[in-house]
Amino acid sequence: MAESQEGFLSPQTVLDELKKNGVTHVLWLPDSETNWLYTLMSAEPSLTLVPVTREGLAFSGAAGIAAGGGKPCILIQNTGLLESGDSMRGWCLGMNVPVVMIIGYRGYTRHGVNTDTVADFTEPFLIAFGIKYYLVERDADSSRISVAFEESRKKNRPVAVLVGDEYHGFN
Amino acid sequence: MMQTAEMLKVFNRHRGDAIVVPGRGGRHWVTISDKPSRDVPLGDPAMGGHAMFSFGLALARPQNKIVLFDSEGDILMSMGVFPTIADLAPPNFYHFMLDNECYATTGGQPVPNAKNVAYDEIARGSGYKRTYKFTTVEEFTGGIGDVMAAPGPVFVWLKVLPEVINEAIGRRPRWNTRTKDQVVADMRKELGIQV
Repeated sequence: MAESQEGFLSPQTVLDELKKNGVTHVLWLPDSETNWLYTLMSAEPSLTLVPVTREGLAFSGAAGIAAGGGKPCILIQNTGLLESGDSMRGWCLGMNVPVVMIIGYRGYTRHGVNTDTVADFTEPFLIAFGIKYYLVERDADSSRISVAFEESRKKNRPVAVLVGDEYHGFN
Repeated sequence: MMQTAEMLKVFNRHRGDAIVVPGRGGRHWVTISDKPSRDVPLGDPAMGGHAMFSFGLALARPQNKIVLFDSEGDILMSMGVFPTIADLAPPNFYHFMLDNECYATTGGQPVPNAKNVAYDEIARGSGYKRTYKFTTVEEFTGGIGDVMAAPGPVFVWLKVLPEVINEAIGRRPRWNTRTKDQVVADMRKELGIQV
């Protein structure tokens, strides 16, 4: 039986959440799951895309944008999150930067049998750094992205959104 | 090679109203600058990040000149910032880099291939339209006016004498009198930034 559209997370839904929450800059490094979102963001005039070459650089960049009054968002994969630990600690946790990280949850499956070891380490990594996180798997979960932005703003610290599904085109 | 403090004194005469992120030149800059509310001395939140921080600040504040005093040790950790900066090419970003050929704060061990890396060529090859290299204070004094007069992004390679520190971190004098939060708050107040 075909899965209904409500079972997917569309890139337009994520883009709408970024706009609704006043994001000005998206620091990002592409992964296999974000190309549709990239295409949409590129056409959005209210967003400046800042391509980084290693994910850790997104955190120091976000700190600078926030210091200057902008509203950054970080879009990376969980693999890159793991290499970003010290930068996240020093530049965002240490400087009380309110930033939402939207993280592709590579290897995650709903049934618990992860297909990549990086999925096994992702949540323990976030917990170790004291980072609150929300899981988003389908359009119906998308309000959690706004919850993450609100929590980040109130507590002046990074909050993560784990995207547990691939983006499904322009539907 | 130059004394960092002497070079910074010369720079200060050309600073104008620029926001200055002094990076590893911070301990000298805080005694030279006469506009502390436009200074962003952060110490070392995490090595390798000053360039992206300052670049991010330049993107968020296009109406202000942003000057960074980076270091070669930081750049070697994050050389991918060059194409990122050149891609968006903020005209208000002035990227200076102190090169003392070593990790001075850990005892002076040489950075990889310390005497043979052409940082200006790497920056230019990554897309920076303007690059400079200054080895003496006299050269710097003669060139800094041109550096600051034209739009960025510009990369300025500065050969400076190492000031090696062997004191244990806990016993080193603390030069920064403000917390990071206070530094950012002071800058925002100075620039009228509401968050």
